[in-house]
Order: sequence, then C-alpha cells, then structure tokens
Amino acid sequence: MGDLGSAVLAAIALIRDGDPAMLGILGLSLRVSLTALGIAALVGLPLGALLAVARFPGRHALVIGLNALMGLPPVVAGLLIYLLLSRSGPLGRFGLLFTPTAMVIAQAALIAPILAALSRGVLEALWEEYADQLRSFGAGPWRAVPTLLWDGRFALLTVLLAGFGRAAAEVGAVMVVGGNIEGFTRTMTTAIALETSKGDLPLALALGLVLMAIVLGVNMLAQALREAAGRGGA
Amino acid sequence: MVTRRVLLLSCLATPALAQDRFITLASTTSTEQSGLFGHILPLFTRATGIAVRVVALGTGQALDVGRRGDADVLLVHDRAAEDRFVEGGFGGPRRQVMYNDFVLIGPGADPAGIAMTRDVGEALRRIAGARAPFVSRGDRSGTHAAELRLWQEAGVDPVAGRGQWYREVGQGMGPALNTAAAQDAYLLSDRGTWLAFRNRQGLKVLVEGDARLLNQYGVIPVSPQRHPHVKAAEAASFVEWLIGPEGQAAIAGYRIGGEPLFFPNATDG
Repeated sequence: MGDLGSAVLAAIALIRDGDPAMLGILGLSLRVSLTALGIAALVGLPLGALLAVARFPGRHALVIGLNALMGLPPVVAGLLIYLLLSRSGPLGRFGLLFTPTAMVIAQAALIAPILAALSRGVLEALWEEYADQLRSFGAGPWRAVPTLLWDGRFALLTVLLAGFGRAAAEVGAVMVVGGNIEGFTRTMTTAIALETSKGDLPLALALGLVLMAIVLGVNMLAQALREAAGRGGA
Repeated sequence: MVTRRVLLLSCLATPALAQDRFITLASTTSTEQSGLFGHILPLFTRATGIAVRVVALGTGQALDVGRRGDADVLLVHDRAAEDRFVEGGFGGPRRQVMYNDFVLIGPGADPAGIAMTRDVGEALRRIAGARAPFVSRGDRSGTHAAELRLWQEAGVDPVAGRGQWYREVGQGMGPALNTAAAQDAYLLSDRGTWLAFRNRQGLKVLVEGDARLLNQYGVIPVSPQRHPHVKAAEAASFVEWLIGPEGQAAIAGYRIGGEPLFFPNATDG
C-alpha cells in the first residue's frame, strides 16, 4: 500500500479512536480560529460595510490597501505580532508570546482585512440596489451600516467561511507566535508541519485529512443554517 | 515535613495548580523531533510539579528567543554561540548536559565514494570534488554551524557550489532530511533526528565515528538580571535536575530500537 492509502487509513483510525492528543489539538485549532474569526468579524464586517456606503477622501486607497492585505503572508503577520508581543517588544509585559492568545491575535490580524475587503465587495453591490430606498428614509451612511449588514447576512456567511478557512489552514503565523508547544499551542497545522519534519508523511497527511473533514463539517453546518433560516424567513 | 505534607495535599486538592507552574524551554529541533523531550520532560514534571513548554527552533533562533527574554531556559548545541550568549550577559552559567554525534548521510549508491573513509574532512573533499548534491541546513542552527566548521577544517568552500551541488534549504533537520531523501543528496545530521526519521528512502549513514563529529549540548538559564520576569527559580530546578543523577539517567534511558540517542556527560564538565 502506498503512502496515500496508509494516510487515508490512518485518518480513519484517528477519527474512529478519538485519540485524546489529537482531539486536544483539534479543539485548540477550532477554538483559536473561531475566536479569531469572531474578533476579526467585529472589526472587519462593519469596516467593510462602511467602506461600501461612505464616500470620503482616502477611501479608494483604503480599499486598495485592504485588498492587498488579503495577500499578507501568514508568516509575516506572525512575525509582526511576534515582535509586538515579545518580552523585548512594546507589549512584552503581558507575557502573551507562545500562548493561544497570541495565536488568536495573529489570526485575527490576518483575516480581519479579508473580511473587510470581501464584505465591502458584497455589500457595495447590495448598497447599489438599496441606496435610493434607504436614502428616501433619510438614512445616512452610518445608519445604513447595520441594515446593510443584516440584509446581507447570507452573503456575509460566505465571507465568514472564507475567513475561517484562511485561519484554520494557515500555519506560518501560529507557528511563529505559538511556538508549536505540545499540549498548549500545538494546532492541527503546526502538528502537520511537525510530522512532515519527522518524515512521518502518512501521519501528516492523515492529520491534514482530518482537518479538511472538520472544515468541510463547518461549511456544511453553515449551509444548513442558511437553508433553515431561508425557510424560516420565507 | 509538615510543609511537605501541606504541599502534597494542596497538590492533590488542586491538580490544576501543578500546571500553573511552568517554564518555557527554547531548544533545538533535534532534541524535540528525536523524541527525547517526550521521554524526559514528563519525569521532570512528575518530580517537581513544573511543566515544561518546549519551543523547538534552530540553535541560533533559540538563543535569539533567550536574548529577547521569551524563554526561561535554553538547551542548545553550538558552543561558540553559547559562549557569546553568556559573555553578552543574556544568561548563564552554561552547563554541559549530554552529547551525541553527527553522522554524514548520503544515498546508498554513494556517487562520491565516501563510505570507504572514516575521515569526515576527506569525505567532504570527495563530495565537493565529485560535485555531488549536498543539502545544508542553512538556518544558523547548531548543526549548520557544525557543518560549516567541518567544511572549513576540510579546506573546502562549499559556497562556490551554491545553487548547483551545494543546496541550502534554510529549514530544520527533518525538512533537510526530506529534501536529501528526495534528491539523493548528502547531508550532515545529528544522529538522534536521523534515528527517529521515517522517510529515509535510499539514505544511509556513510561516515560516522570521527572525533570531529561530536555534538555537545549545553543548558543555559536566561538571566533574571537582564529579564526580571524570567522564572529563575524554576529554571534553576530544571538545570539542577537535568545535570543531576535523575536527569542524566533519564537521558541515558531514552533509546530507539535499543540504540541510545544521547549520552549524558554533565559530570565531565
């Protein structure tokens, strides 16, 4: 049997046996990525909506900047957060480096621009449809932001899933700021990198398959939620 | 006696407290990936109630983490860089802990014909002469420093072959081994990582046993004068344990397939 075959078997065994070490790693991955997603959404979505409706000097540059930040390499985001959180850095006294909190901060910094840029695109299209209507109610851009976010919620779900996917898949940032400490900051992606380093390619790939299965599950859950809400609303 | 009992009771009552005492150990990929830490650290935690959070990096990066105050104690293997760290006032004293050795690994076909020699300098000269692919860590790690020293002693400047036969991957030992396995290249590895490495393809140990291949590890607590937040007391108990009889026995007891990976030698220092 080849490496791919043994990886699939190993992945099935990992899920079937519910290996506690792996479950811990998986739980941390989900906790970090979902928390980062929540924080990034609180900043990114309102910012995206505001950029969709408001017109102000420098808006164009901001939009281009955010679009560019979607391509921010995770390892660079990680390095910036590392230098900020290091004991010798400006936020050193909080002792956050090599903790899950540091990983949340790094991932939130990584995906907030993605959420802002993508939601700006989605909501701008919506805003073009609604603008006259909302204006006729006398709603200014600031007042329109919550309405727009609510009306665009299903489209924004896809935006959130894109952000979650990016967070769950990245290894560069969490490796640098988390340190891949066993039982503390080891996530699925850093565990995969570690097993690859050890030359245990089937186990690395098996962990990758488990991670993909979880991401698939989250996406299916989101889709089911959307359909249920769609029926409820109709 | 009474205090000890109280301590014991409080430990039993709140096992979470034991986890609250921890130190951050910046160390090398070789000690982590060879499985040594998985074997000895639980013994230390059981003995002292201090958990150890290991950040495994190249020696150069581990020393940098120590310099920045982001770890409490370091376990690394590059004597020259360790001495510079101590002289710079970033930590100390340095104590020697254990050694293993480097091995020169290459494809079983051995195109440069180095398996005949036990002289690592001669082996490197043959590799360079044959322009046979050689993978270098290229990451300022302890193994990288040792490799560069060996080239220098052999009187060969491998940088001339950069981008051709001399390939610097800039990564840890494992990825370098993966690269060498894929390219049928030679490389220098620490024995521990090699023994624990799974994806060997056609790679074999070709040169070993030369005295110049000794790989000495040292432990250094980070200076609490330089970084007041470091857990100096806990770091000191880690150093004491590691160079004491328990730690030294734990190191000697770690074997893969009956082969010891590291040889304790704290008492020699």
